[in-house]
Amino acid sequence: MLTETLTNNHNEHEEHHDGSTNSVFGFWIYILSDCVLFATLFAGYTVLHNNIYGGPSAKELFSMPFVLTETFILLTSSFTYGLAMLASHKKNKSQVLLWLFITFLLGLSFVGMEIHEFSTLIEEGNSFSRSAFLSSFFTLVGTHGLHVTSGLIWMVSLMAQVMKHGVITKTQTKLACLSLFWHFLDIVWIFVFTIVYLMGAI
Amino acid sequence: MSNATDTQYGGSAHGTTKSYIIGFILSIILTVIPYYLVVNHILASEMSYIVISVFAILQLLVQLVFFLHLGGESKPHWNLIAFVFTLFIIGILVTGSLWIMYNLNYNMVER
Amino acid sequence: MFGKLTLDAFPHEPIIIGAAIFMALSALSIVGVLFYFKKWKWLWTDWITSVDHKKIGIMYIILAFIMLFRGFTDAVMMRSHLALSVGSSHGYLPPEHYDQVFTAHGVIMIFFMAMPFMFGLLNLIVPLQIGARDVAFPFLNSFSFWLTAVGMVLVNMSLVLGEFAATGWLAYPPLSELAYSPGVGVDYYIWSLQISGLGTLLSGINFFITILKMRCPGMNLMRMPIFTWTALCSMILVIIAFPVLTVTLAMLGLDRYLDMHFFTTSFGGNQMMYVNLIWAWGHPEVYILILPAFGIFSEVVATFSKKRIFGYVTMVWATAIITVLSFIVWLHHFFTMGAGANVNAFFGIATMIISIPTGVKVFNWLFTMYRGRITFSVPMLWTIGFLITFTVGGMTGVLMSIPGADFQLHNSLFLVAHFHNTIIGGVAFGYFAGFTYWFPKAFGFKLNERLGKCAFWCWLVGFYVAFIPLYALGLMGMTRRLNHYDAAPGWHPLLIVAAIGTAIVAIGILFQFAQIAYSILKKESSQDTTGDPWDGRTLEWSISSPPPFYNFAITPHADDIDAFWDQKINNKISKEKPHYEDIHMPRNTGMGFIIAFTIFIIGFALIWHINWLAIFGLVATIVCVIKRSFDYDTDYYVKAAEVEKIESEFSSRKK
Repeated sequence: MLTETLTNNHNEHEEHHDGSTNSVFGFWIYILSDCVLFATLFAGYTVLHNNIYGGPSAKELFSMPFVLTETFILLTSSFTYGLAMLASHKKNKSQVLLWLFITFLLGLSFVGMEIHEFSTLIEEGNSFSRSAFLSSFFTLVGTHGLHVTSGLIWMVSLMAQVMKHGVITKTQTKLACLSLFWHFLDIVWIFVFTIVYLMGAI
Repeated sequence: MSNATDTQYGGSAHGTTKSYIIGFILSIILTVIPYYLVVNHILASEMSYIVISVFAILQLLVQLVFFLHLGGESKPHWNLIAFVFTLFIIGILVTGSLWIMYNLNYNMVER
Repeated sequence: MFGKLTLDAFPHEPIIIGAAIFMALSALSIVGVLFYFKKWKWLWTDWITSVDHKKIGIMYIILAFIMLFRGFTDAVMMRSHLALSVGSSHGYLPPEHYDQVFTAHGVIMIFFMAMPFMFGLLNLIVPLQIGARDVAFPFLNSFSFWLTAVGMVLVNMSLVLGEFAATGWLAYPPLSELAYSPGVGVDYYIWSLQISGLGTLLSGINFFITILKMRCPGMNLMRMPIFTWTALCSMILVIIAFPVLTVTLAMLGLDRYLDMHFFTTSFGGNQMMYVNLIWAWGHPEVYILILPAFGIFSEVVATFSKKRIFGYVTMVWATAIITVLSFIVWLHHFFTMGAGANVNAFFGIATMIISIPTGVKVFNWLFTMYRGRITFSVPMLWTIGFLITFTVGGMTGVLMSIPGADFQLHNSLFLVAHFHNTIIGGVAFGYFAGFTYWFPKAFGFKLNERLGKCAFWCWLVGFYVAFIPLYALGLMGMTRRLNHYDAAPGWHPLLIVAAIGTAIVAIGILFQFAQIAYSILKKESSQDTTGDPWDGRTLEWSISSPPPFYNFAITPHADDIDAFWDQKINNKISKEKPHYEDIHMPRNTGMGFIIAFTIFIIGFALIWHINWLAIFGLVATIVCVIKRSFDYDTDYYVKAAEVEKIESEFSSRKK
């Protein structure tokens, strides 16, 4: 199969210098490198999650309904972003802005819930300095949260650009990149949900 | 050179309202079932690990197909090839690291 | 207000004050020259804001040569200190300073000499070889370069402001933890590598897309020049390996800054995980460096033997196999940590297997030379020197892949000799070959041959005199990173020989600088008017030297592996005047430089714990990035008439 792809790509030079194609593909490759980043964090968490050093373990700490709510919010935001993308294909500016705004609110409430969870843990004396387990937990989940936060900043900037320029090829390309990013964060969260929270609760 | 009607990014396909709704419903279902199984302790713990891992992988596939439209692009499938290769190397790095760290902990850590 | 930054941070040891004065004088003289010749505007518009891959490539290589000088100075200090520091004599470097010197040597040579040199050559040549007008993301390319430069500035700043890490080049915990390294040295290490590592990752993505998506018509993957192939595989490694480094250093940083416990000795931390993770990046890293060098040798050997490369397909597959296998050997760096027999056996065997595709390559190069009409020009000399030296280095590596042998040789000078044998003999020789080979393409005149040969012979002889004794010393039981030793084991004579070898290499480096200076002075007599000084085979030789900023006036078509050779032999170069069209080009921008500068502020503030400045830097970075993303006017068209004017100048020079 690899040999086939090696030799059968005579026709791809037509895309030469096509900026938007390269941008989305380039961003996809960035996301793959981000996958490796999260994979390393997951590996670190898996190695250290039993090193509780007399502190609390995963089972004692997490409130499962709370986490389920977070998961639903993020899944829904992924769906609403998809609707924004559909609107952008139809070049419907107001709908794009509407769905982006809804996605933004959902993302913001997710980050808010995560900050609440973290500050509660720290207040109860279970901060990231308590044990190697908690260090790796805060780092893994926090890195995901930081990604969501930067996605939110990007989303505000994109909404302003769509307002200014409308739905043109350039903004569509940027919307497509953020779409990849947003769905990717959803996938990462699925694994956080499964490996950190569900497996921690078993 | 900018083509106003061109909405095919990176040769990749994009979904329809229907596919997004199906994906969304599936993702909710695939979240609720493992949650229910774990919280109510339906299965024995070893079985639980396997089952919820399977659900996570199914969820991954749902997200890839319905939201990221992976594989729907035009040939050659660079997006897909790059993704599969990355997963392969991630598999090596993570299982390798866990194998090494397990052995190191077993041999070297005082217990 | 200024965090840890107090007057104590400024230097008060004579050697460091000397280095500080030297750096200040060099900086002042550069600033003076710029003022005197009124070159500030030229520097800003032609270089700092440039998004032209060729200029960025040249800036990378200048940076690499400056860092070669700095890193080699560290080497001279280590070797001369060790030649003196025997028995009752204690040399001239206090231990805490000596430890910083060997750490800085490793960090600088790998991250700020070899990596920039590689990206310099990639920038210079890859777009030309594939017939493209620029890289896929020109702005990102400029940004990546300036991130690398920021990392370099931070590393060198540590020389005069505070201290550098004294931990060895990979900063193993627990030594690198706050409890045992309370100073700012490790923080300099972390932030300079994080920032330049981000630049490397972005460059990796950039070139990956460039090679996959920007090839000229006709050039399918199996017609790409070998250098482009090795660059592609090296970039795959960058994209997958560098995030691991980022996470590992981030974990170490969190331990130090936020009192976390990834690698601490208590609270459940696990130092062995750091060693595992850093080598999961570290082993691919050495292949990131060596693969492009393999590519350079392939180009050089074919050109100077006047033959097509032997076994093109096996060369490609060997490269691809090395790319994958380089991810399953990382444990051989820590066999002795105690993972047990099964794990060690697996990684030992994998290490032996990875030498097979490398061997395939060596035979391919030999068979390319076989019955070729070889010209012993400087790039070819580096290549032949490489073939012998690298093979020796590879063999000693296979020797140590046997875990039992490694238990004896681990952390000894035998190991030090082994990896210098592969990195100097492979990476450094390769990049020097590439530098000499492509210099006329970048600047339009050749480097002086005679001085180049002097440099080569000094490097080759000096290398063997400096490192063969280290093999023996390793077998005699001398470990690395020692700063003082007894006379009894009889190591002293060999260390004196090694120091002499370093002096010979130093003469070689002087010859290299002399070669560059002399060639610039005499450039009128060595002009390359044809654009093809070596009778080359690949597309970069089909255009003028130096190439016009748009590279190719007419997009070329590749019908063969040696596309340009094919055009020359089969008379495909049309004599008629071509029809020129407008060319789409990216606009220059200073934003890459500015954003990198705001990131420098973050790095500096975090190293010295100046919280307000770090927050200011972060806000400035975000504002600048958003400002850049609002800029929709990033490209323009070069008019056909202008292209025609430039091209006709070139053809009149050719005649």
